[in-house]
Amino acid sequence: MKISFTLNGKKIRVDVPPDRRVLDLLREDLSLTGTKEGCGTGECGACTILVNGESRLSCLMLAAQLEGCHVTTIEGVSSAKKLHPVQEAFIEHGAVQCGFCTPGAVLAAIDLLQRNAEPTRQDIREALSGNLCRCTGYQKIVDAVQGGSAKLKKGQTS
Amino acid sequence: MTVQKNILKVGKAIHRIDARSKVRGAEKYASDYYGQNLVWAGVKRAGIPHARIKNIIIEKTKNLTGVISVLTYRDIHGSNRQGVIRRDQPVLADDKVRHCGDAVALVLAEDQAVLKEALDLIAIDYEPLPGIFSIGKALEQGAPLIHEEHPGGNVLLKGDLKTGRGEAALEECDVVVEGYFTVPYQEHAYLETEGGWALLTEDGHLEITASTQTPFRDLAEVAEALGIERESIRIRAPYCGGAFGGKDGITVQSLLALAALHCQGRPVRMVWDREESFIAGVKRHPGSLHYRLGAKADGTLYALSAEVYYDTGPYDHLGGAILALGLEHAGGPYRIPHASIRGWSVYTNNPVAGAFRGFGVPQVAAAMEQTMDMLAAKLDLSPLEMRRRNAVHRGDKTPLGVTLISSTGLAECLDAVAEHALWKEKERWKASAGSSKKRGVGIACVMHGMGYGPIVPDYANAKIELTKKGAFRIFCGVVDMGQGNASTYLQIAGDILNQDMDHLELVLPDTEKTLPSGSASASRTTYTFGNALIGAAEALKKRILQRSAETCASDPNDGLTMVLRPGSVFHPPTGKEIPLSQIVRMLDESERISVFEFRAPVTQERPTEDENLRLHGIPHRIFSYGVHLAYVEVDELTGKVEAQRYLAISDCGRIINPQVFEQQIQGGIAQGIGYALCEDLVVARGKIQTPNLSTYVIPTAMDIPEMESIAIEKQEETGPFGLKGAGEIAIDGPLPAIANAVADACGVRIFHAPLAAGRVLTALEAKRGGKEVKA
Ligand code: FES
Ligand code: FES
Repeated sequence: MKISFTLNGKKIRVDVPPDRRVLDLLREDLSLTGTKEGCGTGECGACTILVNGESRLSCLMLAAQLEGCHVTTIEGVSSAKKLHPVQEAFIEHGAVQCGFCTPGAVLAAIDLLQRNAEPTRQDIREALSGNLCRCTGYQKIVDAVQGGSAKLKKGQTS
Repeated sequence: MTVQKNILKVGKAIHRIDARSKVRGAEKYASDYYGQNLVWAGVKRAGIPHARIKNIIIEKTKNLTGVISVLTYRDIHGSNRQGVIRRDQPVLADDKVRHCGDAVALVLAEDQAVLKEALDLIAIDYEPLPGIFSIGKALEQGAPLIHEEHPGGNVLLKGDLKTGRGEAALEECDVVVEGYFTVPYQEHAYLETEGGWALLTEDGHLEITASTQTPFRDLAEVAEALGIERESIRIRAPYCGGAFGGKDGITVQSLLALAALHCQGRPVRMVWDREESFIAGVKRHPGSLHYRLGAKADGTLYALSAEVYYDTGPYDHLGGAILALGLEHAGGPYRIPHASIRGWSVYTNNPVAGAFRGFGVPQVAAAMEQTMDMLAAKLDLSPLEMRRRNAVHRGDKTPLGVTLISSTGLAECLDAVAEHALWKEKERWKASAGSSKKRGVGIACVMHGMGYGPIVPDYANAKIELTKKGAFRIFCGVVDMGQGNASTYLQIAGDILNQDMDHLELVLPDTEKTLPSGSASASRTTYTFGNALIGAAEALKKRILQRSAETCASDPNDGLTMVLRPGSVFHPPTGKEIPLSQIVRMLDESERISVFEFRAPVTQERPTEDENLRLHGIPHRIFSYGVHLAYVEVDELTGKVEAQRYLAISDCGRIINPQVFEQQIQGGIAQGIGYALCEDLVVARGKIQTPNLSTYVIPTAMDIPEMESIAIEKQEETGPFGLKGAGEIAIDGPLPAIANAVADACGVRIFHAPLAAGRVLTALEAKRGGKEVKA
């Protein structure tokens, strides 16, 4: 089946079985391995991507569902030179340890900040409760999302 | 001074160097390789806990289109046994299967779909054997044997240690308390499951890339198990997506190697899915512990009897060493003159237990620290006072009778807790609980030994190269499984060589490039390799300065006044600066490289003459310490326990990078909270009933409170820049601190972890009904 969608700002057309998991399409067929698989069953959030700006679990989506959509993976969040403010904040606040949950957590955070520019710590914990992290204990991730929120705000006013 | 600004100074909270590629999704983990012409490998698991294999029926599978090969033990030409101390685990089961997750056949297929179908087609003809699913059953007279050839029967390792008059001295105590505790399995649940890929090159080299903590040890095991020359194997260890001990030993390595031998030069990939990771991966040892602890009327600890039983599953997988470390820590960080400490690590047909951050210590800490609270209550002492009266100081003996000759900062940790607002304000906080809520506060004291103990050499070989471009290339010998040690190594080298990030390069562990430096485990990763790296960096620095002085200055003694700058050598008296890319031309190829070996010191004392226990790591010389404090709130209607505030005060020596240190402490606490409150691996007749993340629940961002970490920065003289290990200590404290807090809140103690809602509710109801609680 031929599917057309926008991936990280570029229109693409792929020929895949309609029941191929989006996660496999991205990782294996399109070499975008920044999207991780932690469970394959919708429990960990490591495979989070943005579809039309909203965070979705790519392990639970089938390729056919992407038709006409705008898809952003972690690779599309920043250019090689300039990181997204949320990514910068993750680095600065020490929110990255093994890093396996990081792409998913960054995308979930970007989604949250689009909906709620100044979330409380509790808002952040709720919004990211679907993104499991086994290394950090979450506190520094929460710090980072707050930091990202501050950076985005500054970016807008300056 | 801008040149100096970005120097990677020790003590600074430098952002981890791996963070950038990780936030971009650009870092390549072992499971991120697909490549051209890829073969998919997968494993047929036993599915039953104990049986003799009569026949493995693979014909149908072999004939399936898209199947490249189906391999069984018959295709293995080595020992077909792997393991760290006792090599008792087959790569592919031969005579029998010993747990549900045993690998029986290996299938190679063209794609994932075929692979799945092929695995389903394999049939195994078994003669079922009676299974052993409990420690008690394993120890019964005449119990079926899991390893017929093992001289100890179903006991993998037994330890019997005594100091002073041992348990007999309990009779001389004024107060004695007793407790029977059980602790559950804990699943590592690293986000990255076990996986990797391999390739047989044209010249016959076997190249394996795996998510592992131990590439060098793996190499020896793979070679022996498969009967291949060590020299023809190369193992690369990229950053792990979490490991915590679960990748301390072979997971996919031998299987991948075997697969590659049958792939005609095509790359082969194997990544376990989450359920396979649950079924085949190792877990924290579940156990039962019987404690009797006695003190004099003034609160001085006097005698201890501890009996520790760990269920190790059917394979060693470090289960002996884990028991030994548990026994060494069974009496906690206290002076107890008389102690009997006995333990058994027992084979069963349950899932395999193995290394997990804490390595046998969280279990004994849970028992000891709760027993301490019980004793304090009986003596009418506050839990803090009870601990202050008995805490070890430098020069004291441990309950094993070993003198603490290294830095010992427990007393300072306790002082810091006493001064902390969370301790001082606890009564007020407890009193302000809402309706149908109960609040409690608990503390726990822990210590954690570092390194491999007296016999197994704990060494590291660091290597640094001054590249032709004038940068320093650090060959990282120990895996970074997520804890950031690779970054810390650059910080150490940067500090000594006065370099910024632009002039430092990193080579991750690769048995062909980096040098053997032991495992990423045992809280020794930064201590041992860091010390080696200091040696290598100092030697290279001296050589560079000397050579530049000889060449560039009139007086060769100017080597003393020359200094390194990022990318150059500088001579302050003359203001002359020479780029390192120029200096490098004055050095021979061999001189550009500096290698240094460090061996961790061991203690000379022998608390036991049991050589086997010594081999398994008793005793240690250097310990980290911690005091943990937990605020919990219990919902009386549901029994749900919520950790609401958490404080950890640690003595891990000096801190090289405060941010990386805090990461370790916070991460350890979070895993410990999961262990204490919600993580419950249910196993019935050897079969895991909760093999996924929806039934085995790990903490989310909603379940972990705000944590505070304070470091008592006490210099450890033998440590690199004064450091001691920090990777494990934080997981030892949460279960006992929380259990003590729950007991404080509810007025009733729950002896079985995890303290899940159902269990707590039962205890509360029993208390209301006036019944004695055995939850
Ligand atoms: S891989 Fe999709 S939620 Fe875990
Ligand atoms: S950083 Fe390892 S899982 Fe989050």
